[in-house]
Amino acid sequence: MAEPIEKVSIVVSHGSLEGVYPGLIMANGARMEGIEATLFFTFFGLDAIIDKRMDKLSVATVGNSAMRMPGGLKMPTILGAIPGMSRFATTMMSKEMEKLDIPPVREFIEMIHDAGGELYACKATVDMFHLEKEDFCEQMDDIITVGDFYEKSAGAQIIFT
Amino acid sequence: METVEILGTQIELDDDGNLKNLSDWNEEIAKELAKEEGIEELTDRHWMVINFMRKVFEEKGDAPSIRKLTKESGVATKELYQLFPKGPAKKSARIAGLPKPKGCI
Repeated sequence: MAEPIEKVSIVVSHGSLEGVYPGLIMANGARMEGIEATLFFTFFGLDAIIDKRMDKLSVATVGNSAMRMPGGLKMPTILGAIPGMSRFATTMMSKEMEKLDIPPVREFIEMIHDAGGELYACKATVDMFHLEKEDFCEQMDDIITVGDFYEKSAGAQIIFT
Repeated sequence: METVEILGTQIELDDDGNLKNLSDWNEEIAKELAKEEGIEELTDRHWMVINFMRKVFEEKGDAPSIRKLTKESGVATKELYQLFPKGPAKKSARIAGLPKPKGCI
């Protein structure tokens, strides 16, 4: 039998709701299976751990060719640009997730942190966006370089989302 | 699927190694299952989680998610992982005599 996975390092690089959740679900799922989990937030993915932004992530409705309307009809991509569309899609998705007991981003980050998952911000992005440690939620463990990230990922499977 | 002997009783397990029949479960069996999971002694806090798992399963037909466990069992996330290292939902379900939880959260 193949060796079981003991450690995962998950990179979250997108800041939309649908860009952030897969990484969070995988990290939480790893901890639930007794697998060590490290999350590394980079580029717009940082929004998921920025205190003032993490409660306001939204679904990207522009340029998403898989977007469907309630009922399942395919949504012409141009409609995604209509004002209010992203907010509408975000509300819908948040509602559906709540039904599945998937928590809002802040609560999810707290859960993963309390479960022993580690959360890091990418130094290059923090510098690029002129951010400070104070801008992040308290669960953020540290701002680290990509080199540190690889060091912390020793023995882990690295997953890019 | 296999049958094992726990405390002198033949007990059927499912493919995940959890009890096949809920009715085979009792507190003594729970203690033995806990030992298999590396938990030598079940404290009152463990029992709070185990009883909550059983209660939700009875009502809903599935074990609660880790979120529900965190919010409603009376034991917070950090402690859950201390009580049941290597996966609170999965381990406590097994000790509670329930099948492996079906949800992703």
